Amino acid sequence: MSKALIIGEVKNGEISKVTLEIASRAKELDMELSAIVFGTNPETAATIGSSGVGHVFYSDTVEYNGEIIASVISEVVKKGGFDTVLLPHSWMGRDIGGRIGALLDSAVISDIVELTADGNKLVAKKPVYAGKAYAKITHKKGIRIFTVRPNVFEVVDSKVDAKTEKVEADFSKSRSKLVEFKETQGAKIGLTEAKIIVAGGRGIKGPEYFPVLQELADMLGAALGASRATVDAGWINHSHQVGQTGKTVSPLLYIAVGISGAIQHLAGMGSSKYIVAVNKDPEAPIFKVATYGIVDDLFNIVPVLKDAIKKIKG
Amino acid sequence: MNILVLIKQVPDTETHMKISGGKIDESSIKWIISPYDEIALEEAIRIREKNGGKVTVISVGPERVTASLKTAYAMGADDAIHVKTDSYHMLDSATTADALIKATADQNYEIILCGRQGIDSDNGQVPLIFATKKNIPAIIWAKKLETSETGVKVTCEGEGGDAIYQSSYPVVITVQMGMNEPRYPSLKGIMASKKKPIVTKNLSEMGIDYDKIEIVSFEMPPERPKGRVIEGASPEDKALELVKALHEEIKVI
Ligand SMILES: Cc1cc2nc3c(=O)[nH]c(=O)nc-3n(C[C@H](O)[C@H](O)[C@H](O)COP(=O)(O)OP(=O)(O)OC[C@H]3O[C@@H](n4cnc5c(N)ncnc54)[C@H](O)[C@@H]3O)c2cc1C
Ligand SMILES: Nc1ncnc2c1ncn2[C@@H]1O[C@H](COP(=O)(O)O)[C@@H](O)[C@H]1O
Repeated sequence: MSKALIIGEVKNGEISKVTLEIASRAKELDMELSAIVFGTNPETAATIGSSGVGHVFYSDTVEYNGEIIASVISEVVKKGGFDTVLLPHSWMGRDIGGRIGALLDSAVISDIVELTADGNKLVAKKPVYAGKAYAKITHKKGIRIFTVRPNVFEVVDSKVDAKTEKVEADFSKSRSKLVEFKETQGAKIGLTEAKIIVAGGRGIKGPEYFPVLQELADMLGAALGASRATVDAGWINHSHQVGQTGKTVSPLLYIAVGISGAIQHLAGMGSSKYIVAVNKDPEAPIFKVATYGIVDDLFNIVPVLKDAIKKIKG
Repeated sequence: MNILVLIKQVPDTETHMKISGGKIDESSIKWIISPYDEIALEEAIRIREKNGGKVTVISVGPERVTASLKTAYAMGADDAIHVKTDSYHMLDSATTADALIKATADQNYEIILCGRQGIDSDNGQVPLIFATKKNIPAIIWAKKLETSETGVKVTCEGEGGDAIYQSSYPVVITVQMGMNEPRYPSLKGIMASKKKPIVTKNLSEMGIDYDKIEIVSFEMPPERPKGRVIEGASPEDKALELVKALHEEIKVI
């Protein structure tokens, strides 16, 4: 049986959803599961047991440094005899995936959206060329390391009682030091893990309309996204940008308001399960990928959309 | 200050990708410098313009990548190294990083600037493998870089906010969009670049073990189911119709 180590993440004091998604998929593939989580207590760490993880390593130090964390993880992998390592394709996963690969002299297959077993092999599928093609890739040797795109696997309940084990991480050895952290204002729900995203494009005409879209997002429990045109214009912070040079998202529902649907924007959201487009130009490319399209002036649609949601939600 | 910029040549995003027999058909691809790497190069040139020193660019890939190295010369790079490969797609990030390390082993660089990710693979791994194998620190997603005698101060876009890091030299830094606006090569630069030599090294002669991954096949993305235009006499009707569909058909709200 394959022995997998999942690198878990904690968000707002809880094990993140993507961590459970990864564990659930690995469980379906019949792997023996352990996990490692940094910056949390044993009680929180043990909650990964809900997706079938039997053993959880944790470190209660809240500090973060990719170099140090990667070296701790590599030691755990070597000592524990793990043959597979799975990480979320989040900022943290990108910061440490390559480092772990280098330390273990193994290849990382990143941003995967599918993982299947083929005999003893694990075959992953990942989008390439801005989502214009998919590559199926497998490891030929070494430890099989994957970073997994959030929101592509279902969380499956398969509760076990997880044993916890503390690991030490000595951050005093890090050569790059975090000296300051400025939290982004207004980013209530993380884009990459959001189930629903409401995104605005140049069609909204100015920065003052983002708060209006934020209200719509709040009604739906959604995160706020943006096209690059609006970010470049300085209407909103880059952390909201969806697309090739922004964030890649795979929500259940993506609502594009006043976004034309340029290939670079589609690269970031084309794998959304359902897409709604509001655009006054019936020829806008966004309609080619939209599940539902409304051809109309967004300034007329957005306010009544809010009313309609209120009506249905009661 | 000695700066190394890692440059990846990638298909222009506007290029229509064709797949035949499970492989990418490269015949109609227009190749460009990955946009993040252009930003990295611009930043390197600006640091040199302020502090003096030298900017070296390096790219691993087949013959065609020399065109990107020429573009880098035209923008203002001082030296260019080409690590020549036969095929491109079969290279994994670890092999690329190994090749970059070997080809630059005889040099010391204070800063190694790279893109956040190549826009072809969206991996973002080569810089971290490079740094880890050379045992130097790496800072990712920089949007502002300040240099001093002793080290760098880097403002990065992390998850949920901006982080400011300090590091001594040498350091690997990957750059984020918005850090700067890369310059266009000047006519004078383009003319001069034609005469500048590119140092060529062959991957096959470097003794690198490359066979960690296998690309089984390429395929087209799954077709999206055909969509529906929501009809209605008024915005109110359309909005209600949409919300109904979201509620009843796909049960999202
Ligand atoms: C290297 C590179 C990387 C890039 N990366 C990204 C990226 O990461 N993300 C990204 O988004 N873009 C990216 N782009 C830019 C991309 O090519 C487009 O320019 C951008 O996505 C356009 O943004 P937009 O749809 O908001 O604006 P536009 O293309 O101007 O579209 C605005 C839309 O709003 C509609 N509209 C206008 N008024 C109304 C109204 N009153 N009611 C309804 N509809 C209205 C218009 O019909 C139009 O379709 C990148 C480009 C390059 C070259
Ligand atoms: N073949 C290559 N030659 C030179 N630099 C590369 C190459 N591949 C990747 N890089 C560098 O590593 C960064 C991240 O690329 P990747 O890991 O492929 O997503 C790029 O932006 C480049 O700076």
